[in-house]
Amino acid sequence: MPTELFSTTVWIPIALLLAFAVVGLFGHKMKPVVAGGISTAAILLAMVISYSTAYFYFFSDGLVEGKYVMLVPFLHEWLRFTDTLSIDMGILLDPISVMMMVVVTTVSSMVHIYSFGYMKGEKGFQRYFAFLSLFSFAMMGLVLAVNLFQMYIFWELVGVSSFLLIGFYYQKPAAVAASKKAFIVTRFADLGFLLGILLLSYFTRTFDFPTLMDPGGTAISSMAGLSFMGVSTLTWALVLIFMGGAGKSAMFPLHIWLPDAMEGPTPVSALIHAATMVVAGVYLVARLFGLYAMGAPGALEVVAFIGAFTSLFAAVIAVTQTDIKRILAFSTMSQIGYMMLALGVSGYGGEEGLGFTASMFHLFTHAMFKALLFLGAGAIIHAVHSNNMGDMGGLRKYLPVTHIMFLIAALAISGIPPFAGFFSKDEILAAAWANNQLYFWTEWFVAGLTAFYMFRLYFSVFWGANRTYEHQPHEAPASMLFALVFLGLASAVVGFIPFSAFVTADGVPFQTHMHLNIAIPSVAIGIVGIAIAAWMYMRPGTVADRLATAMPGLYKLSLKKFYIDELYLWVTHTIIFKGISAPIAWFDRHVVDGSMNGIAWVTAQVAEKTKKMQSGQLQHYGYAMVLGAVAFVLLLLYWGAR
Amino acid sequence: MIEGIGVFDILVVSTAMFFIGIYGFLVRKNLITILMSVELVLNAVNINFVVFNKYLYPDLLQGYMFSLFAIGIAAAEAAVAIAIILNVYRQMKGIDVEHVDTMKY
Repeated sequence: MPTELFSTTVWIPIALLLAFAVVGLFGHKMKPVVAGGISTAAILLAMVISYSTAYFYFFSDGLVEGKYVMLVPFLHEWLRFTDTLSIDMGILLDPISVMMMVVVTTVSSMVHIYSFGYMKGEKGFQRYFAFLSLFSFAMMGLVLAVNLFQMYIFWELVGVSSFLLIGFYYQKPAAVAASKKAFIVTRFADLGFLLGILLLSYFTRTFDFPTLMDPGGTAISSMAGLSFMGVSTLTWALVLIFMGGAGKSAMFPLHIWLPDAMEGPTPVSALIHAATMVVAGVYLVARLFGLYAMGAPGALEVVAFIGAFTSLFAAVIAVTQTDIKRILAFSTMSQIGYMMLALGVSGYGGEEGLGFTASMFHLFTHAMFKALLFLGAGAIIHAVHSNNMGDMGGLRKYLPVTHIMFLIAALAISGIPPFAGFFSKDEILAAAWANNQLYFWTEWFVAGLTAFYMFRLYFSVFWGANRTYEHQPHEAPASMLFALVFLGLASAVVGFIPFSAFVTADGVPFQTHMHLNIAIPSVAIGIVGIAIAAWMYMRPGTVADRLATAMPGLYKLSLKKFYIDELYLWVTHTIIFKGISAPIAWFDRHVVDGSMNGIAWVTAQVAEKTKKMQSGQLQHYGYAMVLGAVAFVLLLLYWGAR
Repeated sequence: MIEGIGVFDILVVSTAMFFIGIYGFLVRKNLITILMSVELVLNAVNINFVVFNKYLYPDLLQGYMFSLFAIGIAAAEAAVAIAIILNVYRQMKGIDVEHVDTMKY
């Protein structure tokens, strides 16, 4: 029975939660290495279970009659409100969740190992590992969620752990501000997610993915004919859910938190803000893809447009940034834009579903090479003690291993064969070509920009001017190099996985083939991008500066990130704070509080005027009492006599 | 009932005691004297209890019990009052009731 075989998967979240509890509660009494060891042991256990689950799912038990099925090896009724409304906690295995399990545990394990070197001697080492375990737990819960509500709970948990880890250096004001910004922006987006869940479940009467996604089920027909403002209710629900995904995945215009999130420790950026949490939005859309594709093509068009726009927008910004982690952050946004676009242009099933497969494939390869890029950037920062590209140059002599690994990752993201990014990007471009040529040409141009800014970074850091450093830069310690080399090998070879044989929109495997008419132009523009970057940045020179002064407007726009942050600040400060909040505060302070204070003031004044009646003389009170009694008696006699 | 004394005479005595007490409470300035006046009022009431019980409900005991109760309470009250008066004396260097006005507001 496959269900019994896969029941070990329940130990993944349990082990990670236990590691979080133990390290979080008792970590400060442990030696740092012990605390880190517990967390790492838990994630390594999760990795082993994930790999064996993936093996058994894809090669023996998942394929039933030529189709990958959804399996629920563990289900527990968690909250029962009424007979028809209950919320379960469980584990759902299908191609995308198994694939995500592998991605999350692999990258997380590498980041754990890497952190031993990177965070060595750091204050709060144990706290850091506790948060990493919390994040891994939450992410696995999200990936394996069996219903929308469980997904939402873990969705918020990853948001919290992201908040905690961005603000890890809590004495640094920029980190605190960045963590708040990340939390508030994603939380705002999650409002849309929650509304979408409520809307969807109100009409379909279920939260469960297997019921929602059942092709013969009633999920879509139950909402047929309902519409609001000329758009069907299902489309509204799915667009709202996509809003949550766009917030987590830093899609325009909810992207502003991601660049600032780079204030966190670099391994955290690699894990959360490059490989796993930020692709949760893509995963969410993929998870509900059956509904999107069959019930609401309008929502998919929104997904495709936002994805394409973000990928172009972020790539243009990345070209002029100088902080190496921010370049990578914008690059992440751009690549997630690719994934969203691929989902948006995909159909359901067969060759039509190429976009879905391509998106998941790109998610997989991107996780490997982007984590590698971030960890490489971490090694550079570790060596130079600066994030700024201007402080670097000629580092290939000092960091030989990091140099090679960074080059592999840069080639992979630029789509140069045979590295991983080439294969997935090729499929995305093919899917875009089949759907809308405008999208194809946009993404083709973005591929060139990607190659350019990645190699701008690469040449500026590892080539360029030979600098004299105050401290001799040194190669990273063994734990960091191990993670780099592991991910480097992965980035080099995972592209050869025939992904469409495993992950497809409807679960039925199909064959993909190389699209030469797509591959040749995409590789060509990648090489052009690299060549321009090499010409401009390989040797110290003034080409870049002259180009910047030639196009001052565009350069400034890109450098300032198109003033989106300023726009948000203007909206929040001028319109919301000054225009709405300030009058409300005035009303509260003067009218609401004023009436209460007025009542109290009148009472106090009356008391002040009448307190003279109190003489303090016992016998005056005695007179009053006796006279009162006499008066009562007289009154009683008067009435009694009548 | 009591040989040679009618209920009217007894009530005259208790009424006189009651108003003597009220008068003393209102006009005397010495706290001890005021306390004594209050005792007079209480005892006037006790006499009334006993007398009415005797004349109206001879087979019942509530009036007697009530007066015993009032006597007990009066004893306790006297103890408390004298304690208060002692403290007033320590604070005010005297027990004149007109000087005890510092707690008015």
